Amino acid sequence: MIKKNITSAFVEKYSTIIIFLVPALTLFTVFVVMPIFEAAYFSFYRWNGMGAPEKYVGFKNYAFLFKNGIFLNALKNNFWIIFVSLFIQLPFALFLALFLANNFRGAAVFRSLFFLPYILAEIVASLIWVYIYKGDYGLVGAIWGLFGADAPWITADKEWALTAILIVVVWKYFGIHMMIMISGLQGISKEVIEAAKIDGAGPVTTALRIKIPILWPTITLSIFLSTLGSLQLFDLIMPLTMGGPSNVTHSMVTYLYDFGVGRMRLGFGSAISVVIFIICFVVALIYQTTILKDKGYN
Amino acid sequence: MQSKLSKFYMYLFLSFLAGIILVPLYLTFISSFKTLGDLSSNVIGLPREWIFSNYTDVFGMEYFWSFAWNSLVYGVLTTVLTLICASMAAFVFAHIRFFGNRFLFNYLLIGLMFPFASAIIPLFLKVRDFGLLGTYWAVVLPQIAFGLGFAILLFRGFFKQIPPELFDAAYVDGCNYSNFFFRITIPLSVPIFSTVAVVTFVTSWNNYLLPLIMVSNEELYPWPMGIMFFRGEYDTDWSMVLTYVSLTLIPAIVFFLLAQKYIIAGLTGGAVKE
Repeated sequence: MIKKNITSAFVEKYSTIIIFLVPALTLFTVFVVMPIFEAAYFSFYRWNGMGAPEKYVGFKNYAFLFKNGIFLNALKNNFWIIFVSLFIQLPFALFLALFLANNFRGAAVFRSLFFLPYILAEIVASLIWVYIYKGDYGLVGAIWGLFGADAPWITADKEWALTAILIVVVWKYFGIHMMIMISGLQGISKEVIEAAKIDGAGPVTTALRIKIPILWPTITLSIFLSTLGSLQLFDLIMPLTMGGPSNVTHSMVTYLYDFGVGRMRLGFGSAISVVIFIICFVVALIYQTTILKDKGYN
Repeated sequence: MQSKLSKFYMYLFLSFLAGIILVPLYLTFISSFKTLGDLSSNVIGLPREWIFSNYTDVFGMEYFWSFAWNSLVYGVLTTVLTLICASMAAFVFAHIRFFGNRFLFNYLLIGLMFPFASAIIPLFLKVRDFGLLGTYWAVVLPQIAFGLGFAILLFRGFFKQIPPELFDAAYVDGCNYSNFFFRITIPLSVPIFSTVAVVTFVTSWNNYLLPLIMVSNEELYPWPMGIMFFRGEYDTDWSMVLTYVSLTLIPAIVFFLLAQKYIIAGLTGGAVKE
């Protein structure tokens, strides 16, 4: 009798495990993990998606990619997006978070306001800025008009188009990082801050010597998330410039969409996918190892 | 305490920033009530004459409603199925000990760092070969798969806080794992279900790249593709485009104000924990 109970409990346990895990594991394996390996395989072929890939070309797709000026420029743009995200957006978000983590009058309203752009669809946020940047009836056009000058068409100007995108990136995303940092700051125990105050530390010293060091794991997380996000930027660019003018504002993903998917060069597109994947993977690896190292010290 | 003057500067600075956030939204909204002529000659001011024909025109379009309906279907299907798959998996990871638990959990978590863009070509081919192109599933299934890691992370963190003593007590009363999940875990976890639901739905509603790859039939366009389609149609009449954008902003902002708690809990909670 007891033995039967144990067996049925065993069966119940493992059948629950299997039934509960199979849907998630199947979907994940089929739609997330397998595509990466398939992309790696396709990347060695010249293929338009019809029939099976047959024309093996070795590393030619990759060789072409790294000799292609538009792609190299896209890489450079991604670098600029990361640079602005890390060195302008994040310090700014941190600075605001240090203020707004305190509950003074109106703090909650400002927090919500600064967070608002993040929840708008990228396409929508971007279209709003297309309008603002418009030379004829946008805000930028109107401001130039005040000085009697002919308005520049920022998103169509090779010199300015990337800057226009970078501004929207900061506008859209600083709020989420501010929120992440605020929730980290609010987790710091009051005693620590009080103790610092008693020792005579002013607000600046407290921020630099106590809050930021304690917050550091959260900051590294923000660094990681915005680097990964910057590497995959796509939606924001499409309404603004679609990679133009003359292909100067492509990111790796808009390049993939335009030159790989759009022209049905699926082997070549897969090579781009693999490069994006490897870069993201390396970033994740660096993040993992530095975090593990930090934990080792504690 | 801070002096009055420094407080004044702080508010001034914060208000200035708030202006940078709000002015683009305000201009978009206000312009949707302008005639095209008013739009070009009077950029910043209020409409000289408030017109509502832009709105009646947009509301009169059949595909406007079908875009909204499609986004709703994509969002609801994705959210419901993500909640089911992710909560069940997270329950196993949080409460059942077995060989391979940690390994499988980590396996699902690596999905968090997989760049979605890298998968689009094989995903498209796979969905085509499954015969799903032209159906809602072409968008829904990949969306669920890519959202699972984050959802499971959030669910597991919450489920772990349910004391194991509760399970021991229930077990003595003859309750098995699946009973426990349905009768005890789910009723206790309403907040995390709401959080994951809100974050999943918003992500689906805003998604652009995936439907762009999968959906070629205008009848199945979700909202963001609809806006881009509309922009192409009305590139010479931006008051119409801005009306459409305003109609996107209003529900988004209302939803944000109502669900803010869950959105922030989901995004920062998932980020700060683990």
